[in-house]
Amino acid sequence: MIASVPMEHCLIFAAVLFALGLAGVIVRRNIVFMLMGVEVMLNAVGVAFVVAGARWGQVDGQVMFIFILTMAAAEVSVGLALVLQLYHRFRTLDADAASRMRG
Amino acid sequence: MNLFFYISAFVAAVSTFMVITRTNAVHALLYLIVSLLAVAFIFFSLGAPFVAALEVIIYAGAIMVLFVFVIMMLNLGAQAAEQESQWLSPGTWIGPSILTVVLAAELIYLFVADQARTSAAGVVGPRQIGFALFGPYVLGVELASMLLLAGLIGAYHLGRPHKH
Repeated sequence: MIASVPMEHCLIFAAVLFALGLAGVIVRRNIVFMLMGVEVMLNAVGVAFVVAGARWGQVDGQVMFIFILTMAAAEVSVGLALVLQLYHRFRTLDADAASRMRG
Repeated sequence: MNLFFYISAFVAAVSTFMVITRTNAVHALLYLIVSLLAVAFIFFSLGAPFVAALEVIIYAGAIMVLFVFVIMMLNLGAQAAEQESQWLSPGTWIGPSILTVVLAAELIYLFVADQARTSAAGVVGPRQIGFALFGPYVLGVELASMLLLAGLIGAYHLGRPHKH
């Protein structure tokens, strides 16, 4: 019981999700919202990989999705730790607050 | 089952739009969790049940929960939501949104111009994925584990309270 949706509809959906995530990263100034936009983009790329793998009945698309998931997990942990450091130092989550380097 | 895919895709797109337009961080995270669950439905309808389960367990269940915990720890309050709505003035989002819509239109045109292939050739289950991960992709698995180790050490070091 599998959907027989045309492949371009699935890829269009992945493109729409990616564009929404990209807009989220560019428009927002709060760094947590920018991280959320990056997560949306990673998820959209994962959708494209799984759709491509399912089209040929091969396992490689899902394997790529597992690697993307792993990378997203590592990136989110480090990214949120950096967010905590930013908030600890500047008392704001404005991405423009960290605009100067010392020395 | 086709209708299942289209409904899930609509829910995912609408909730992702709500993610990027909310002023309260917790609301945006909840919409993002809904979007991830809808994408898991889509994976299931395409014959990829294993990554559907992984999407729910790892992405929505671990990564997003980590986000929620950190937001709760920061304890931002109503003043932060007020500032977010100030930052989201129309002058801010009109330009990037127009450019992003142009990019999305280009991508959609490219996909539409290439016609008539159905999207799923069968169910690809965990057994085949296991064979692939322990077979041709074993080097990738080792590299992924090294990446996770690096992420773990980095997150531990950066998350410690530093005395100034």
